[in-house]
Amino acid sequence: MENNNCKIKLSASELPIGDIVEAGTAQNFITGDWRSERPVWNKDKCIHCLACWISCPDSSVKIAPDEKKITVITGIDYDHCKGCGICAKECPVKIKAITMEEEKK
Amino acid sequence: MIKTVYPKGRLVAKTGNEVMAEAMRQIEPDVVAAYPITPATEIVQIFSQFVADGIVKSEYVAVESEHSAMSATIAASAAGARAMTGTSSQGLSLMWEMLYIASGLRLPIVMAEVNRAISAPINIHGDQSDTMGARDAGWIQIYSENSQEAYDNMIQATKIAEKAKLPVLVTTDGFIISHCMEVVETYPDEDVKNFIGEYKPDRYLLDTKRPYTLGSIDLQDYYFEHRWQLAQAMRDAKDIVLEVAKDFENTFGRKYDLYEKFMMDDAEIAVVVIGSTAGTAKVVIKELREKGIKAGLIKIRVFRPFPAETIVKDLANVKAIAVMDRSDSCSGTYAPVYSDVVSALYAAGITGPKAINYVYGLGGREINTEHIAAIYDKLGKIASGAEKAFTGIEYVNVRF
Ligand code: SF4
Ligand code: SF4
Repeated sequence: MENNNCKIKLSASELPIGDIVEAGTAQNFITGDWRSERPVWNKDKCIHCLACWISCPDSSVKIAPDEKKITVITGIDYDHCKGCGICAKECPVKIKAITMEEEKK
Repeated sequence: MIKTVYPKGRLVAKTGNEVMAEAMRQIEPDVVAAYPITPATEIVQIFSQFVADGIVKSEYVAVESEHSAMSATIAASAAGARAMTGTSSQGLSLMWEMLYIASGLRLPIVMAEVNRAISAPINIHGDQSDTMGARDAGWIQIYSENSQEAYDNMIQATKIAEKAKLPVLVTTDGFIISHCMEVVETYPDEDVKNFIGEYKPDRYLLDTKRPYTLGSIDLQDYYFEHRWQLAQAMRDAKDIVLEVAKDFENTFGRKYDLYEKFMMDDAEIAVVVIGSTAGTAKVVIKELREKGIKAGLIKIRVFRPFPAETIVKDLANVKAIAVMDRSDSCSGTYAPVYSDVVSALYAAGITGPKAINYVYGLGGREINTEHIAAIYDKLGKIASGAEKAFTGIEYVNVRF
């Protein structure tokens, strides 16, 4: 897989020695493109309990403060979500605000 | 155990292990992580006592294996600490995987290494199979002829490692140096501290203002470039070793080079050797010189980086050379030092000298002046054409 963010390859003399890479580069690396199922979040059903957010192994459930400064779910980061379905599983049974759907490219 | 320390420096009678621990005390690294192994145990044992007695401010990490010792040393070094360890034989073997990580991450770790045979069969005595096994790990390797050199090499290694951004191991021959008492001149703490200076890494993991990722994945994209950098750092390290040796000579008065030439100016026959056996060979050479035999010696101090370019110049006019290896690569042909010396000669187009390979002293087997005199005798006969040079390995003092 080609990393789209690193099209220019550094030469041996340009490359930082000792495998030093700036921090936080994983964010630029699109790891969600081999997902076979996608979580679809239903804004109207969601009670913002954050169970999905705390359970996501890829930090792919997006959150933000609302106008009352209360943290709410704002969507799914599909660049990094791998479609594991943990969020859908953890969403309270009575709510089920996340459903897993087949990925269509 | 000797706990006496001499902050002002003086002539002391110490074993190789004691004097390596003394050097570590004066260097006072931030972190030492180590696991005891014969014959290197005393080095870290004495050092841990220094820590326990509050003589040094270093952090001592008692780990459960050498793999962990190297891992903890790597972690400390990556975090920004001056980090050291010590080991021998199986211990170094257990570090093998991590040795490559230390060099690949370009961490200036210094290791006190006591050369010892590798099992099986079990043998705790001196030979160089252990560090020769780590030959390609990207570590600078400095060998010592005696305790004085071990002490001096440890001090220089600290500076070399930090300038070259490469890990360095300093060796002594197991028991022959590690456990034998000699008179060693130690230097005042202050002078050693001034010589090595403060360690200021360019980047370190505990620098929260400039966070970075270390040890990420390289694959086909960058691994090759990083390995080239490592090999190039090793080539560049020759000048750094010489630079540090010059500083050392100016400060402490002892002269060091990548290798030592002993009576080589007009030598017709020469032995190339590493470690304590050089001392024994020097005694033989003096006797031979009295008889008018032009014998010389090259003692390799820095085996990695290998001083190929200059060594060939010094060997070019010699008629017969014996390269003595205290390890056997079991390659079916030749042992490691011989392979390096001869490939260096061949690459430089020097085919005059007859080079023969002796393997000696495995597992601490005795190597005395008579054995070495016999080698020079053989070299004399080969040089004069009285005998043909053998092409296999000659094993010194082994029962067939
Ligand atoms: S499917 Fe898995 S990776 Fe994607 S948002 Fe849900 S928990 Fe995270
Ligand atoms: S677990 Fe379900 S209800 Fe709770 S925040 Fe996530 S989507 Fe909303």
